[in-house]
Parts: sequence; structure tokens; C-alpha cells
Amino acid sequence: MSIGHTLLGLLESGPRHGYDLKRAFDEHFGHDRPLHYGQVYSTMSRLLKNGLVEVDGVEAGAGPERKRYAITDAGVTDVGQWLSRPEKPEPYLQSTLYTKVVLALMTGRDAAELLDTQRAEHLRLMRGLTERKRQGDLADQLICDHALFHLEADLRWLELTAARLDGLAQTVHG
Amino acid sequence: MTPSGSLLHAGGLYKAYGATPALDGAEFSIHPGEVVAVLGPSGSGKSTLLHCLAGIIQPDRGTVRYGDHDLTAMTDAERSALRRGDFGFVFQFGQLVPELTCLENVALPMRLAGTARKAAEAHAREWLERLEVDPVAGRRPGEVSGGQGQRVAVARALATRPRVIFADEPTGALDSLNGERVMGLLTEAARATRAAVVLVTHETRVAAYSDREVVVRDGKVREAVTTG
Repeated sequence: MSIGHTLLGLLESGPRHGYDLKRAFDEHFGHDRPLHYGQVYSTMSRLLKNGLVEVDGVEAGAGPERKRYAITDAGVTDVGQWLSRPEKPEPYLQSTLYTKVVLALMTGRDAAELLDTQRAEHLRLMRGLTERKRQGDLADQLICDHALFHLEADLRWLELTAARLDGLAQTVHG
Repeated sequence: MTPSGSLLHAGGLYKAYGATPALDGAEFSIHPGEVVAVLGPSGSGKSTLLHCLAGIIQPDRGTVRYGDHDLTAMTDAERSALRRGDFGFVFQFGQLVPELTCLENVALPMRLAGTARKAAEAHAREWLERLEVDPVAGRRPGEVSGGQGQRVAVARALATRPRVIFADEPTGALDSLNGERVMGLLTEAARATRAAVVLVTHETRVAAYSDREVVVRDGKVREAVTTG
């Protein structure tokens, strides 16, 4: 996920302080991985340097100065371009799992058991997501669905690999 | 008796079709209120295992114990009576009786067990409400959507308060949204009544509604390897 573009998008509805940006980010996108303050301020510095945001006001207080950021026209254009650009499909876990399966076969270990263990781990995660969906609102459901479909894709690959282990073993052993 | 508090236990199951063993030393246990997903590739013996556990087919060797009963030592009539009273079934295609309304379908197992029509239909209506399909109570299965029909089938399976529910690919004919709705309602209702669910599926998102999974491969049942 591009944190910079996400923070820019959050600024489109109006200027915000760094703290407000972090809170909005965590509320909408940070269920599993809340943003660190350091990430917010380093990202905002970069966006400021690139002319995508500007400082809209500074509040002086007992603590450090609180800057309020606003998105620039260039920032709005940048968010629009990011949103309209498709993401590169990622290979996710397959390359790592493939390496493990091949190595297991090469070294005479039980590749089927390796796949069973991975399936159990995937299902453990999927149970957690399913439970979160059951108790959550529509936003939770949609976020969890996305993760579930990706995990399911991994598992479909895993089942197919399990069905092809004999053939793969022959190939590996030449 | 079944071992260590389990409700249903199978040991050393062997079942062959011709020379090919579908089950070859399969073991399985389930506790009250537990939902267990049975996974495995096509032809691995998943459905044969379910049919043996439910007493629908007899294994060539091995035992299936349910409480104090040994299903493999019972007569066909005794097993049929046990299935009607204690087991519920949900299949991929609801297998509702096409000539009966949805309400009559849900009431049917209770009517067969001797419950009066009025009481059976009142109870059936409660379950249709619980499964959120009471608006189609008066329609025949051919007049409702696949998702509605499957929820009627779940209502029928649960209405007799079974202690074990056997679900064989219960969402196999449904789209994702309807499949999830059926699974959510099925597992929620089963947990509320402490019924055990044996869930045969090839869909991992469906299996994610279970408490644990087993994998059938080469006629044997493998417990999931957990890594904590």
C-alpha cells in the first residue's frame, strides 16, 4: 500500500494535522498495522518537498508546533493518477512456497506434510478473518473478504501442487 | 462408549468399491458443538467417510460409535431410526421434495417421527424465520432461488434438533454471497443447539467456518498440523 497516496487522499476532504491524519488512516486502513507517528511525519515531509501538500497553518502550544497540512493541485492530480493506475498483480507467497516444496523434494523431506502445515496456517488465519467478518460492519466484511480471497487463491495453488507432487518429484530428481 | 467425550467416533474404517479402497484405516472423532471440516481432493474418500459416519453405508471393516450405539452392529431399520431422530443432513442440492411447499418440507421429518401436523408446521415456521426464509414458506422448491432453497434445507436439517449434522458440499451450488450466508446461519444455529457438524467441502473459505479441519488423502484421515 502507498502510504503517501493514502494520506494525500485523506487530505482531499480538507486540511488536517499530522495526528488527525494518523487517526483517520488507522480508522480506515490500519486494522492490522497502525501507522507510526514517525511514518506520518516523514511521509508528510516528503510530500511537502515534492509540492503535493503545503502547510496550511501552524499552532504553537506547550509541546512541539502542530502543522496543519493541505493538499495542493499537484497532490490532487497525483492521487487521481494513482487511483486510476492498476496495481501490478503480485505473486504473493507462491515463489517462497514453490522453493520450499522443491527443496523438500530435493532433500527427501515430506513435501505433502509441508503443504498440509501451510494449509493449516492459512486456515487458521482465514478463521480469524471469518470471525472478524461475522462480528464486524460492512467495511470489515469487505476488507476481510479481500484477504480471504487472496488466501484462498494461495490454497488453490497449494491443492494443485499437492496433486502434482509425484510429477514434480520426478522432474526434480531428473 | 465413544472415547474421551467424543460424540461420534470412527476407528479403522475400510471401504472399497471393487478393488479400489475409498477408505483405508480412517479414524475420525467429533465432540458436541464442534464443527469439523473434512477436506481432500476429489475421489479421496471424503463423501464415503461422511456416509459411513452417518450410517448410510456400511464400512467393510472398522467401527462407527455414536454415544452408546455401534452403528456397524445395528440393522438397517435401527440405523434409519437413529438417522431420523439424531442426525440432520444438508447436501449440495437441497434435495427438497418438489411437490411439497417449503414449510411442508421442513415439517416433513417431524411428521415422519409422529408429530401432529399443526405442531410440526408451527415449529417448521420458527426455523424458517431463523434461517430468514419465512417469506417463501408457502412456495414450492422450484419457485425459490438456490440460496433460499438451501436455507430451507438447513432449516429442515436443524428443525428436529439433531445432535449431529452432516453437510456434504452445502454451498457447492451457490454463489459466494449466498454460500457465506448459508454457512453463517448453519454454524450459528448448530453452535446454539450444541449440534456437531461434519462439513465435507472442497472450498477453503467454507472450511474457515469450522473449528478444525481434517484432510482425507489416500483413504486415511490426517489431522491438521498446527503450529500454534
